[in-house]
Amino acid sequence: MSELSWIDLALSSARPQAMGALLRYFRDLDLAEEAFQEACLRAVRTWPEKGPPRDPVAWVIFVGRNSGIDHLRKRARQEPLPPEELLSDLDDVEGDLAERLDGSHYRDDILRLLFVCCHPELPATQQIALALRIVSGLSVRQIARAFLVSEAAMEQRITRAKAKIAAAGLPFEVPDAASRAERLGVVAAMIYLVFNEGYSAGEARRADTPFCEEAIRLSRLLLRLFPAEPEIMGLTALLLLQHSRRSARFSADGQIVLLEDQDRSLWDRRAIREALALIDKALRHRAPGPYQIQAAIAALHARAETAAQTDWEQIDLLYQSLERIQPSPVVTLNRAVAVSKRQGPQTALDLIEPLADRLSGYFHFHGLRGGLLQQLGRDREAHDAFERAITLATTAAEAGHIRQHLDALARDIAVTAK
Amino acid sequence: MLYAVLCYNSEDAVAAWSREEEDKVMSDLAAVERKYAAAGKLGPVARLMPTTAATTLRKSSGESFIVDGPFAETKEQFLGFFLVDMETLDEAIAFARELAVANPGVGAYEIRPLRVFKPGGSLEAL
Repeated sequence: MSELSWIDLALSSARPQAMGALLRYFRDLDLAEEAFQEACLRAVRTWPEKGPPRDPVAWVIFVGRNSGIDHLRKRARQEPLPPEELLSDLDDVEGDLAERLDGSHYRDDILRLLFVCCHPELPATQQIALALRIVSGLSVRQIARAFLVSEAAMEQRITRAKAKIAAAGLPFEVPDAASRAERLGVVAAMIYLVFNEGYSAGEARRADTPFCEEAIRLSRLLLRLFPAEPEIMGLTALLLLQHSRRSARFSADGQIVLLEDQDRSLWDRRAIREALALIDKALRHRAPGPYQIQAAIAALHARAETAAQTDWEQIDLLYQSLERIQPSPVVTLNRAVAVSKRQGPQTALDLIEPLADRLSGYFHFHGLRGGLLQQLGRDREAHDAFERAITLATTAAEAGHIRQHLDALARDIAVTAK
Repeated sequence: MLYAVLCYNSEDAVAAWSREEEDKVMSDLAAVERKYAAAGKLGPVARLMPTTAATTLRKSSGESFIVDGPFAETKEQFLGFFLVDMETLDEAIAFARELAVANPGVGAYEIRPLRVFKPGGSLEAL
């Protein structure tokens, strides 16, 4: 590892806490970002020569704060810059600085930083973009590429999102327990969105934009701040389990490989083991929630050595409890897969037909419905359902997957016609 | 003398390694391990999951209670260890230096002599 790359790592892992503290000082996202950038530039200039500071986070906060104050002064046409030697020579102060300034604040600092990205007026894609830019420090170019827009367009979106946040006023009061729990829930949902953005794309064009890894990193960060929250354990476990299948989810030519057809030897056992450890910890709290239940379902798949060994009964039961806690047609749709394995396609079809109105625009509804109809030998109806699905596909891989079904059906229908 | 070489580093930084960095560090470490294993000086080696996976049992005057997370919140975390059998402290330090070359950047190795060692049964390797 080169010298610059360890400095990069140190700075990027310092980022959430340092940005959180700088945001608290300056109450302005742009100023906090500029201050952080300035501190990073100075780190790159001075660390190689002086060696790393004992506490990189405290160093970055201290230097960033000075540079931000300086910026404000310049804006007010007051005193000139202090000499860099004074700022860089922090050996004596950094020790207790972290304790004094941040020991008691950093948890709420980081939570606030995450929370401001989740402003309810911002659409999901902007929340994701903002979190990746501000908290994770991904470049605008990286984010733009993932969303398939130009860098200028993404820059503009982020600027608008920030303006909206600034206009709404940043939440600077120290939250009480109830609002802290509420923030935590909102932030967890945003992290899940970040993950899904990476997961559902999954194709080569997004391979170099590490949304899934960033989401896992944010989730672990949140868990370190709130180590006794079983839902955050559940969220982290869920993300790890979904991500553990990344190498098996697509064939070499970019086609979707269904869970039951995946080569399980390609699953990332290390991620699975960590997820199982987190689920074990969460269970002790006896406070089940949606993330824990979804993680438990994913864990049952991870534990099955072959698709045939999947414990569909337990998965069905878990989906039923998810339906009770968080009723949604999508949850019922997912349960229908387990039901079809246990009780056959007709029972599953009966379960999902009542969802037709609410899920008429949902790719997976028509995909599953087509599959069930096909199993029942109702090829013409299956064909229509797949046709509907293909128009709703959001990625080429989804469309390609349905196309295979349609081709297979066309062969069947042709054979029957003869 | 038996020594434990305890590895401390920022788990955030380690978790942010790219796949290539991870593979490079692991294969460089494996080379150091092979060398000492061949000399009959290397015992068990362990790499720990992130501290978020940890659970701590605290005890006070006969009572104990469970806390989620690591024993203490620290800036650098205990991430793994090597057990080695070395003639001298200098030799153990030399080993740690080789680890530091294989895994550059910041962090620390604590070289701690063992008082009791029970190799135990045959756990399955991960």
